[in-house]
Amino acid sequence: MNWMWFHKLGSPKWFYEISRLWLPWLAVSAVLLLVTGLVWGLAFAPPDYQQGNSFRIIYLHVPAAFLAQSIYIMLAIAGTVGLVWKMKLADVALQQAAPIGAWMTVIALVTGAIWGKPTWGTYWVWDARLTSMLILLFLYFGVIALGNAITNRDSAAKACAVLAIVGVVNIPIIQYSVEWWNTLHQPATFSIVAKPAMPFEMWMPLLISVLGFYCFFGAVLLMRMRLEVLRREVRSSWAKAEIKAQVEKGL
Amino acid sequence: MNPVRKKRLYAVMALVSGAGIAVALALSALQQNINLFYSPTQIAAGDAPEEVRIRAGGLVAVGSVTRSDKSLDTDFVVTDGVANVTIRYNGILPDLFREGQGIVAMGKLNDQGVLIADEVLAKHDENYMPPEVMQALEQSGMKQQHDAANAAKQGY
Repeated sequence: MNWMWFHKLGSPKWFYEISRLWLPWLAVSAVLLLVTGLVWGLAFAPPDYQQGNSFRIIYLHVPAAFLAQSIYIMLAIAGTVGLVWKMKLADVALQQAAPIGAWMTVIALVTGAIWGKPTWGTYWVWDARLTSMLILLFLYFGVIALGNAITNRDSAAKACAVLAIVGVVNIPIIQYSVEWWNTLHQPATFSIVAKPAMPFEMWMPLLISVLGFYCFFGAVLLMRMRLEVLRREVRSSWAKAEIKAQVEKGL
Repeated sequence: MNPVRKKRLYAVMALVSGAGIAVALALSALQQNINLFYSPTQIAAGDAPEEVRIRAGGLVAVGSVTRSDKSLDTDFVVTDGVANVTIRYNGILPDLFREGQGIVAMGKLNDQGVLIADEVLAKHDENYMPPEVMQALEQSGMKQQHDAANAAKQGY
């Protein structure tokens, strides 16, 4: 197998140039998919027979919850790459993805609470799914705080990587909490592997908005990483030239 | 892979499995306490303590809901297909409360085994469908099968 691409990722300059090509594609697909999925889901999909229109919050809740977990897995992978291969870019990815993941967790928790009040009769209940999701939010806060608290960049990278890797144990707990224990939260409606528990005209907009959220995450992450790479490489000649070009374009 | 990286990779794998084993042991020790509610079978078997606030969950038995004329008192039976628990509740029930619906009630068991609830939450299942589909299911008599399949899936 050719591992060239993997080793190339070690070079911030190469990443900066290749991500310039990916970014527009990701941004355009994110906008198209999000607009299609959300407009279809929020305005045109049929209401649910029991919940009426309040079920439509699923088009925000489920994609945000998916991303909250996927981003944490990404943090753990980036942490492993950073610890084992000492790749600088892995730490950039970890630090820049963590706040996005924290926001996605907040969206999932808040939309869930808003939906819970009319459906369950309560905003919050300490069941295994909700509690493990709250722990995920605190793990994100931990990674962000640790990254900011340690001034030495290498030590901060190591500490964040270890926390991200240990915290990944929480992900299967979130995933299977609804099957292992009695919870108020229902099992998954939408899954990649199983037959969906909703008809096509409800399921398709959900799939589109999930994909849209992923593209949105990809685009935002690349933008944040490019900025951080420039900031960290500010002493190198290519970064100086790039910043100069950007400033002149801005004027 | 060079030996130094291999060693570091093994260290990371040891870290993950160590943390995983520790959490798995802790969770299996806490198994009962993490459950949000007791099922009617557990209550009938005497697993649930009396005079302590507990939660009971199950499906509202069809035809069991009796409302008082003078107050908000509602009595209903919650079942998991094996055992039944009678629940008495004084208050406004959630919109989704109906016969056949999964609910979770919080309150104390009295000495007759009746749960005096001060909170009733509706448990929603993972199935979503448009109203027309539900009507079609009801007309064709498939609804019972659908409900039974759901109840089995949710482990009541």
